[in-house]
Amino acid sequence: MEIKVLRNILGANEQLANKNRELLDSNGVFTVNVMSSPGAGKTSLILQTIKRLKGELRIGVIEGDVSSSLDAEAVGKEGVPVIQINTDGGCHLDANMLQNALANMPLADIDLLFIENVGNLICPADFVLGEHKKVVVASVPEGHDKPYKYPRMFNEADAVLMNKIDLLPYLDFNREEFYRAIKAIKGSAEIIELACTTGQGVEDWLDWLTAQMKK
Amino acid sequence: MHEMAITENILNIALEKAEGADARRIVKVNLVIGKLTGVVEECVGFYFDFMSRDTIAEKAVLNITMVPTRVKCRVCGADFALGEYDWTCPGCGGSSIEIISGKELFVESIEVE
Repeated sequence: MEIKVLRNILGANEQLANKNRELLDSNGVFTVNVMSSPGAGKTSLILQTIKRLKGELRIGVIEGDVSSSLDAEAVGKEGVPVIQINTDGGCHLDANMLQNALANMPLADIDLLFIENVGNLICPADFVLGEHKKVVVASVPEGHDKPYKYPRMFNEADAVLMNKIDLLPYLDFNREEFYRAIKAIKGSAEIIELACTTGQGVEDWLDWLTAQMKK
Repeated sequence: MHEMAITENILNIALEKAEGADARRIVKVNLVIGKLTGVVEECVGFYFDFMSRDTIAEKAVLNITMVPTRVKCRVCGADFALGEYDWTCPGCGGSSIEIISGKELFVESIEVE
């Protein structure tokens, strides 16, 4: 006997993500899910943002890593609330992990929450967490072809942050190709060029981010 | 690695439905998976065999229909398969596309005894 099911395999995750979103909304916490491959500059982006906005906004960070608390320690030095999630081999964060982390975050005292996902351009794209915006950091040394190789991830992006532009003179990175691919797969995504370690272009990112928060 | 989480969900959905129908055994699970999800068919099969042990889904056949990635040109409306390194519309040369298939990830049905 055949039984029709027609059920989304990740439906349970999506239901939990909706609950997370309700919790975040009820506390007025604007949440950004930051995704990229390992080493593209997610932590540097978050650190730069904290440094620039610390006086204006109360920021919190949830760090997702396979193991270690190196990123949480770096962010913690900035004096903001931070929680480390270790996935113990898992390649992405899911809504359940976020729910547990949120329970330990002082949400009433946070305006802007960053979720630094596990460095990976594949799996995190499939798992919504309850965030308001998704940003993908794509650094110049990775090459301009990344959107072609990971279309699903770039299709999810509300903004693509082209990081490490200070290295452009030394690399064979075709900016035009990169823009063309992103415009094709996600025409509405904002492309922001920056270098998180030097601070170049960070203002553009902050302008975009604060504009999204006001919406 | 996300195949493990996905397989766990597949098994839960199948068991819940089968128990709801008072089935003794799940013979087959029919899945629809889009290419863009990056889910590897073989991995799902491997995890399923392992996770379904000692449940009524043990030895059930996983029948996976893979859905290719297709996109639609936002300029002229033509639909075409997503190329590897060129996303230009073959019809009009437009460069803005919308994904119309390839993101599927659902349990279509189960076959039970």
